[in-house]
Amino acid sequence: MHMADALISPAVGGTLWIVSGGLIVFCARKVKQIVRDNLVPLMGMLGAFIFAAQMINFSIPGTGSSGHLGGGLILTLLLGPYAAFLVIASVLTVQAFFFADGGLLALGCNIFNLGFFPAFVAYPLIYRSIAGNQHGALRARVATIIAAIVGLQLGALSVVLETLASGISELPFSTFVVMMLPIHLAIGIVEGLATVAVISFVAKARPEALYMAHADGASRSLRPVLVGLAIAAVVMGGMASWLASTHPDGLEWSIAKVSGKEDVTGAKAGVHKRLAEVQEKTAFLPSYGFKDVQSEATPTEGAVPKTEHWPAVSVGTSLSGIVGGLMTLTLACLAGFLIRSGSRRNVH
Amino acid sequence: MSHHIVEVRDLIYAYPDGTEALKGVSFRIEHGSAVALVGANGAGKSTLLLHLNGYLPTTRGDVYIGDTAVTRETAALARRAVGLVFQDPDDQLFMPTVAEDVAFGPLNAGLPPEQVERRVADALARVGMTHVRERPPYRLSAGEKRAVAIATVLAMSPDILVMDEPSANLDPRARRRLIELLLSFEHTRIIATHDLEMVVEVCSRVIVLDGGRVVADGPARKLLNDEALMLAHGLERPHSLKHLHPRELHLDNRTRGSL
Amino acid sequence: MGIANWIEIGRMDELGRMDTPVHRVDARAKAVVTLAFIAVVMSFPVHEVSALTPFLLFPVTLAALGRIPSRQILKKILIAAPFAFVVGMFNPFMDRQPLAILGPFTVTGGWMSFASIMLRFVLTVGAALALVACTGMNNLGAGLGRLGVPRVFVVQLLFLYRYLFVVADEGSNMFRSVELRSERARPLSLRMYGSLIGTLLLRSMDRAERVYRAMVARGFDGEIRVLRRSSFRWTDAVFIGIWLAFFITARVWNLADGIGLLLTRITP
Repeated sequence: MHMADALISPAVGGTLWIVSGGLIVFCARKVKQIVRDNLVPLMGMLGAFIFAAQMINFSIPGTGSSGHLGGGLILTLLLGPYAAFLVIASVLTVQAFFFADGGLLALGCNIFNLGFFPAFVAYPLIYRSIAGNQHGALRARVATIIAAIVGLQLGALSVVLETLASGISELPFSTFVVMMLPIHLAIGIVEGLATVAVISFVAKARPEALYMAHADGASRSLRPVLVGLAIAAVVMGGMASWLASTHPDGLEWSIAKVSGKEDVTGAKAGVHKRLAEVQEKTAFLPSYGFKDVQSEATPTEGAVPKTEHWPAVSVGTSLSGIVGGLMTLTLACLAGFLIRSGSRRNVH
Repeated sequence: MSHHIVEVRDLIYAYPDGTEALKGVSFRIEHGSAVALVGANGAGKSTLLLHLNGYLPTTRGDVYIGDTAVTRETAALARRAVGLVFQDPDDQLFMPTVAEDVAFGPLNAGLPPEQVERRVADALARVGMTHVRERPPYRLSAGEKRAVAIATVLAMSPDILVMDEPSANLDPRARRRLIELLLSFEHTRIIATHDLEMVVEVCSRVIVLDGGRVVADGPARKLLNDEALMLAHGLERPHSLKHLHPRELHLDNRTRGSL
Repeated sequence: MGIANWIEIGRMDELGRMDTPVHRVDARAKAVVTLAFIAVVMSFPVHEVSALTPFLLFPVTLAALGRIPSRQILKKILIAAPFAFVVGMFNPFMDRQPLAILGPFTVTGGWMSFASIMLRFVLTVGAALALVACTGMNNLGAGLGRLGVPRVFVVQLLFLYRYLFVVADEGSNMFRSVELRSERARPLSLRMYGSLIGTLLLRSMDRAERVYRAMVARGFDGEIRVLRRSSFRWTDAVFIGIWLAFFITARVWNLADGIGLLLTRITP
């Protein structure tokens, strides 16, 4: 899922760099506030651990293929969101530098796609609401798998939106989504299984190790999560709106898939309603189309015309999309809170 | 911290899960002596060492470095007087280059840059590792790593050197260099080790630990030559003592050189 | 197992520690120039191909002056290429608008943009790899720190890098001991995987604790201090200046076209 530089426009890459950079600065400050200076060597060591662990495969039960741990969720379970985000970012940075695994311009996107969702969405909203503080029980295992799936699906959706917003690849939205989401559903399940396998072992061998995350970080106020979600909503809503105008079905279908995975009750009606409204608002804007085979133009020899690439951006669409996206994700967020409001008093 | 005396009185320590690691350890070590801490695995050696620089808090009993008791508040001072060298050099060489590792201690002590540079140069020269200054630690041999690990501690100008299994994993040549290095130091040296042959060469006094207690404390050669004592506590008589004339057994290492 | 990956890092690290004029340029200068390079390359319009070609000069020069074997870089580019290829290969199908005629062939927009994607890929990845190979992770980390990246993050990078080999070693030893005791060569079962990786995790945590002990023993109090060695020289400024000037020139004027014109002396 690592994105390559060649497919990102400087605008998209730059934006995501600013977002990821800001998150790094934010998390660095939070980590400093955590009065546990043994976190420094621990974070480094776990980064090395994830790197090493990614090199070992296991066979996926029921299939003939093998998979390996990605690590985002397990890091969050062990370290809490802020430290985990930094570790994930560091692993991706080293991978980008040494393996050409994702380019430097795309590093900001990769850090966001692979770091933000497990640490700030999947863990606090999905895992914690289902599993609470237990680690060994069946509940925790189910929570882990669902959280892993959600984290990866959101990450995959991000990749699609970022690539399409860059406009360099002509891969149609629906094709891209059909390629990305099912594959990452499978990857999410694999990630969940691997995480469960390791955590179960540690829970038996040395349960104390698992309670690190709960001493700090995870139980603080949810404001950073809200801020992060707001950013994600703005970014994704803005991009999604450009695409909604031409492919409402595809977007609706993929968002429905994503929201079907999230344990969000009552939001489905909201999502569909929102999308209908967005479509209405954008219905009177000029229609876009894919570049059809045009027979008219006869280009001059050697000249390369500057073509305007789809999708063309209109401020009106973006604004309504941003508003729509924000509303949608706020509703999802709210539903998430309602689920976990029972055990937690820390909601800000 | 005056006179650099190390004194431990009735030290008792239990792990968080309840296992008692130290059940009342007492001894007193004068400045400049080389003392070996020997005992079977699990006897409590490492736990004892961790009290000497205040890493483990003293809950019952006392640890004195010079005249000062080691407490949470005085721990930072204790760490400047007591340099602790751990068993695995890889755990102690965590900076990108040797020079940065050796500079870590002085920098934490708040020394100005020029002084830090001087301490680094001196420490590396002292252990004969100046030529690997700019190398990353993983490109050192085991013996080089060990020497550099000692340098990282020397750079803090401690009065007391505490070492946990310094000769482990060293090939004969590296081990010989380590022994020569240890003999050349004038610091107080407290060495926890299984390498009893090295103890014979380097240390004048031995403290035997078993089950968290001091079971013997006296001249190195006398104790190590006591076969019954050694066997009773999971140890052995070193071979090098078996060939010595009985009269030689009463000499300690400081006078040995004149023979 | 990914031992090959791990050896790759080792080799890249060795390259990073060589001493050439390029290696001696301050890491910050190289990082800034490389980022500018990538941004400029990506700022070209979608169908641009020829104007991109002069940009090859940057990674090639770095690698040549830095005495980086080109095989290394090319091999990595090839390995990473499939993703870009897969996403870009739809372009010729989607965009059939003809843009140029080369003899009997009509080159459509789709092919041009596909070629552009692949060329950008080679350029950006090549530049990033050349940057690391000419700088080394440690210098790069220190340089990033001086450019304002939070200290906690830089330390994280350096620690990760430092213990990467150590943990990978442990993991590979454990894996091998399991492998040697298995009858057939097949991936681990989920249960075995859990215990192997779980054990590796516990060992890593233990090691982190021991490193922490060693840090505390040398006076660590939570604050990471570095010996400031400010080494930005006028040569570094010249380095930045020359390359930025080149990037801007090559962006504004299509140098490949210019050379082509010179050679054929045809006026458009």
